[in-house]
Amino acid sequence: MNKWQDNKAWFLVIPVFLVVAASAIIPLMTVVNYSLQDIFGPNQRVFVGLEWYKEALTNPRLHAALNRQLLFSSLVLLIEIPLGILIALMMPKKGWGASLSLVLVALPLLIPWNVIGTIWTIFMRPDIGLLGAAINGMGLPFDHTSSSLAAWVTVMLMEVWHWTPLVVLLAYAGLQAIPEAYFQAARIDGASAWATFRYIQLPKLRGVLTIAVLLRFMDSFLIYAEPFVLTGGGPGNSTTFLSIYLVKLAVGQFDLGPAAAFSIIYFLIVLLFCWLFYQALLKVGTGDKS
Amino acid sequence: MARINLKNLAHAYLPAPTSETDYALRKMDHVWEDGRAYALLGPSGCGKTTLLNIISGLVQPSEGQVLFDGKDVSALPPQARNIAQVFQFPVIYDTMSVFDNLAFPLRNRKQPEAEIRTRVEEVAEMLELKDELHKRAANLSADAKQKISLGRGLVRNDVAAILFDEPLTVIDPHLKLLLRRKLKQIHARFNLTMVYVTHDQLEALTFADQVVVMNEGQVMQIGTPQDLFENPQHTFVGYFIGSPGMNFLPCQMHKGVASVGPQLIPVGHGTDQLHGHFELGIRPEFLKLHPNQTPGTHRVEIDEVEELGNCKIVRVLLDGQGLKVKLTEEQEVPAEHGFLEFPPAWIRLYADSILVRSTDESQRCKGPHHE
Repeated sequence: MNKWQDNKAWFLVIPVFLVVAASAIIPLMTVVNYSLQDIFGPNQRVFVGLEWYKEALTNPRLHAALNRQLLFSSLVLLIEIPLGILIALMMPKKGWGASLSLVLVALPLLIPWNVIGTIWTIFMRPDIGLLGAAINGMGLPFDHTSSSLAAWVTVMLMEVWHWTPLVVLLAYAGLQAIPEAYFQAARIDGASAWATFRYIQLPKLRGVLTIAVLLRFMDSFLIYAEPFVLTGGGPGNSTTFLSIYLVKLAVGQFDLGPAAAFSIIYFLIVLLFCWLFYQALLKVGTGDKS
Repeated sequence: MARINLKNLAHAYLPAPTSETDYALRKMDHVWEDGRAYALLGPSGCGKTTLLNIISGLVQPSEGQVLFDGKDVSALPPQARNIAQVFQFPVIYDTMSVFDNLAFPLRNRKQPEAEIRTRVEEVAEMLELKDELHKRAANLSADAKQKISLGRGLVRNDVAAILFDEPLTVIDPHLKLLLRRKLKQIHARFNLTMVYVTHDQLEALTFADQVVVMNEGQVMQIGTPQDLFENPQHTFVGYFIGSPGMNFLPCQMHKGVASVGPQLIPVGHGTDQLHGHFELGIRPEFLKLHPNQTPGTHRVEIDEVEELGNCKIVRVLLDGQGLKVKLTEEQEVPAEHGFLEFPPAWIRLYADSILVRSTDESQRCKGPHHE
């Protein structure tokens, strides 16, 4: 191949570069720019170098929010992935039952996120909420606006209700794609239901589960609308996750510089975790055992 | 090792079959002998895989019974039948090593680990998988994976029969031959009953002692390859076996002579009693094409000549009706018309697509080269 021909190909990717630049790189660079300055007004700004980064990294409230966020995302993955697989395994494989259960399972995914927050706010109210009143009626004091534990339980319930369906859909699609011959061979080999799951279904789900883990981690790490509506980050700071804290900083206090530095750190954390997950899941079951 | 008996077996996937066409398998009654190799041959959708799955227990027949050595196994699940089955696409357990794959059926049956080790090593030796034992099965080629599928059946020392469902479909042509030879070796060594589903007649004819030809859920004929070739019991078998298939001509029989339009073709050997409408069948291999007229030949137009390298297929027209003649490479093809000879020993007569048995059975079954 001659060199000129190779270079000509670059013209063909220019449109993609433009789109990526406009949608990702330029906004990101604006944030990088903000993060290095102290901004007092539209025309009043001072270059401060890495000052905001130092501040963010030593900010105890940010650390607390990060820990809360990590706990939240870990719980989300620990609950939603196994639960999603379990539900997918129980769903009918064909017939009208399959279509019906798919529609029912997918319903929470179709609801706008702030509406989800509203639904759960009402659902959990100790006085009139169906579940909230029921729990209180059983003699357990449960109020997500006054107890941190109740707030966490409510946010977790809402999150699991909202997003487990995504894992179910992915796992269900993965299960449906396994050729029938695998199950027939397993029956002939005398495999138990557990062995069939462990050696056929789970390995065949690896691809979709990688995607499910990545999506659920990223989305739960960035969660904002639902807890904002439900608890507003409270009571106290008990459900102040990273993005809620970030918005308080940027919009509430109008600290654009620190908020921008925080955003960049936030972004790098998500990127790092996704890379780690991706590497880990890629390795599972590919390397030679010997 | 088992003798397989299909007793009044029929299967419909629909819950309440009413007509014949609702059945994937129509009523059949057959005995397959212990230690023989059978091939189920037929076009796609003829019910051969259904029949195989009924034998292995993956499908419960809606009517009739399956007996292994006289014992009714119709209600038993596959794992209780001691059947090994190899599927069209290699089924292996991706996350396991070759060794664990082969050991899997034994481990599921809770056999002692030491015994498992000896069995697996024996089978690996035989299938030439010894060097691969500790590799991950997922990284192997298709033919090695197919050998593992087969091996999972062979490790069990109580296997009654091995069933193959078009096992060579995804194998490269040059490896097909090797794998087929391996199957034959295994068959010879263990004297296992083998049932092999295929739609490739060459594969069926080279693999099996007995070929079961199926069409539309029915067994059309069970016989040796030679039987199927020389005495097709049904026009479908005549047409399906052989390349090209048998020629068929509608004819009127009268006193042992078939009249095809104005042409009179003597059939002889005990067909004197047959009267009325029949179909005359003759294989392209047995027709003779002469350049000059001799007694008992029929003038035909040469329509088309296909060169196949080692032979020629000549399409001729007998009063407008097409017939195929297979000639060796050396034989000359007349330019425009030739004279066709119908050797009476190779003529078969069919009424309603079924072979009409002649009264003189011994002569019918013998070809001219035996005489």
